[in-house]
Amino acid sequence: MNQIKFYQKGTFTVGNRLVAEEERTTQASPARSNSLTCGHRACQGCGEALGARYAVDAAMRAADGQLIAVNATGCLEVFTTPYPETSWQIPWMHSLFGNAPAVATGVAAAMRVKGRTEVRTIAQGGDGGTTDIGFGCLSGMFERNDDVLYICYDNQAYMNTGVQRSSATPPAARTATTPPVGDKPGNVFGTGKNVPLIAMAHNIPYVATASVADLRDLEAKVTKAMAIHGARYIQIFVPCPLGWGSVAHDTVRLARLGVESGLYPLFEAENGAVTSSTKIRRRVPVEDYLLLQRRFAHLFKKGKPVDDRVARLQAMADENIRRFNLLAPEE
Amino acid sequence: MLKQIEGSQAMAEAIALCRPEVVCAYPITPQTHIVEGLGALVKSGRLKTCEYINVESEFAALSVAIGASAAGARAYTATASQGLLFMAEAVYNASGLGLPIVMTLGNRAIGAPINIWNDHSDAMSMRDSGWIQLFAETNQEAVDLHIQAFRLAERLSLPVMVCVDGFILTHAVERVDIPDQETVDAFLPPYEPVQVLDPKEPVSLGAMVGPEAFTEVRYLEHHKQMRALEIIPELSAEFKGIFGRESGGLVRSYRTEDAETIVVAMGSVVGTIKDVVDERRAQGDRIGVVSICSFRPFPQEQLREALAGASRVVVLEKALAVGMGGILAGQVQMALGGHGPKVYTLIAGLGGRPILKTSLSAFLDKVVADPHLDVHFLDLKHDVVERELERAAHLRRSGPTAENVLKQLGTVMSSPV
Repeated sequence: MNQIKFYQKGTFTVGNRLVAEEERTTQASPARSNSLTCGHRACQGCGEALGARYAVDAAMRAADGQLIAVNATGCLEVFTTPYPETSWQIPWMHSLFGNAPAVATGVAAAMRVKGRTEVRTIAQGGDGGTTDIGFGCLSGMFERNDDVLYICYDNQAYMNTGVQRSSATPPAARTATTPPVGDKPGNVFGTGKNVPLIAMAHNIPYVATASVADLRDLEAKVTKAMAIHGARYIQIFVPCPLGWGSVAHDTVRLARLGVESGLYPLFEAENGAVTSSTKIRRRVPVEDYLLLQRRFAHLFKKGKPVDDRVARLQAMADENIRRFNLLAPEE
Repeated sequence: MLKQIEGSQAMAEAIALCRPEVVCAYPITPQTHIVEGLGALVKSGRLKTCEYINVESEFAALSVAIGASAAGARAYTATASQGLLFMAEAVYNASGLGLPIVMTLGNRAIGAPINIWNDHSDAMSMRDSGWIQLFAETNQEAVDLHIQAFRLAERLSLPVMVCVDGFILTHAVERVDIPDQETVDAFLPPYEPVQVLDPKEPVSLGAMVGPEAFTEVRYLEHHKQMRALEIIPELSAEFKGIFGRESGGLVRSYRTEDAETIVVAMGSVVGTIKDVVDERRAQGDRIGVVSICSFRPFPQEQLREALAGASRVVVLEKALAVGMGGILAGQVQMALGGHGPKVYTLIAGLGGRPILKTSLSAFLDKVVADPHLDVHFLDLKHDVVERELERAAHLRRSGPTAENVLKQLGTVMSSPV
């Protein structure tokens, strides 16, 4: 007999109201640091702005307000600092597109040499700045186990420059440099890199993936990461209405469907080994996720797959589910 | 203390005396011995309160220094040649952000063809990057310039590149006076940043600047370098007062009184030129040499004064603006404003080719005889060049130039030229 669950936490079904007060996610409270405060220029429905707000505030809480952030060039950098306006209420620095991990290493080194061990350092960037152009510096920071938490906001393409393919772009996705034309429309299958797994291969103390559909999980992972010293990596799944061709109010929904379909596995790894994965509560076919996005529109005609590519994406999701053990055991 | 010491080791000791708080190291010939020396000083505990970071590239080396400097630490790194090009984006970033990083550049040629030997192509490639660029003539000056560089950088909040000739200085063992810690401390106070990342007073650094303010930001950067034209001689004088010797400054003249011919050059080659000047003076030639220590900012006025009275100026430079000719010569000409002496461009020492006194003297004879001389390449092997041009003119698939030239020359000679 199926057990009916009423008390699911987070944003799925019943939301915050049934969660104990101290566990609730709050949008606004006097105690909140609002590290990334209002007035920035992000698009409506921006997943990155949401992810950054929760991630950096969680890091601020964990660091007791003693936090410095380094930012790679990208949407987050551009939309937060149209000077003289800045949305950052924390010490924040932008240097270049590809060097945020190294700059953060320098900040952390300065704090260590000055004996200010209470001050913690985070670096952040989009997927292009992280998995492509900043990858050398990222790997170096990991390998040295520098005391930096690197947060990648993964919206799966170069959105700031007008939606070009990155090494985090999924197969079949339409971008400005993988247009849906020819006999292999969209991004090609069999390409791309999985940076969380590569991060694990550096044997760093903590790696996690998170989604803006589950902000409590995201905050918990940031909090956990901040309790650890050394190189840490969190990659947050952040839908981009502009780049994905989705409607702004579907951002959180897409962030959930990506996870629930198995395409975006949420897991944690410590010292090179997976230690936990977030179980899918209600598995959905990849179509549910794909059909809401114009970047995948070329895969369908009248709601039906035009060829085997949807099945191939489903196979990828199935493989993630198997690999990361994403299904809860039958009750 | 006087020491018989390798240039790189001497520089490492001098840099350590400046109490750097973050040192980023990435190997590239010929700068490597400097960061090795610093690494040993940190690891052995002689240089305390210093984070020594082995990074994965030059781009990371300067980026780590950028982060450290922005967070209030005295930051240092060193590079050369390809390494400087690999970090080029960060080079401009450090100066644009106004971060007082000090970097040694062990001057080396840029490929292709790959070449590890000395010339000034690397420094010249970053001449408009906004860094102050100082050239050392000797290893003693290399030591002294580093101590002055930290003071200068932090006074202006601008990065300083200390350019030292690869191998000729970095690997030369000679007598150098290494100052003691108290003297250096008296000259160089602890770093007080003008901007700093600190949770106590949060600031945003590195914001986007649009057309409404970009010109003003750049103008102010230029203004700082113009101020350096006043500060560099002040620091040099103060340095002399404390350390008791002349080092640095903008330009230095040697036997230029009543000179008809003045050679202008930068770096260690000035030593060779001084010898040539002495020899020619002994034979009655009215000749002198002006050494440019500060290439950026470029001391136009001081140079104009130093060259006043000469009827010809020979600019010897270890770099080539391909498709144009001289780089330094162009700047000297600009300083002279098209008036006064005729300026000759002498390209010499590219990729480590020895600059011989005999060749230099022969060129100086030629200048007197032929006042219309074009850009001249010292000791260029004209026969080799002509043969290759001839071959390429008749053969479409003539192959790679570098390999063809090497083939012509046969086994590499161990003797110069």
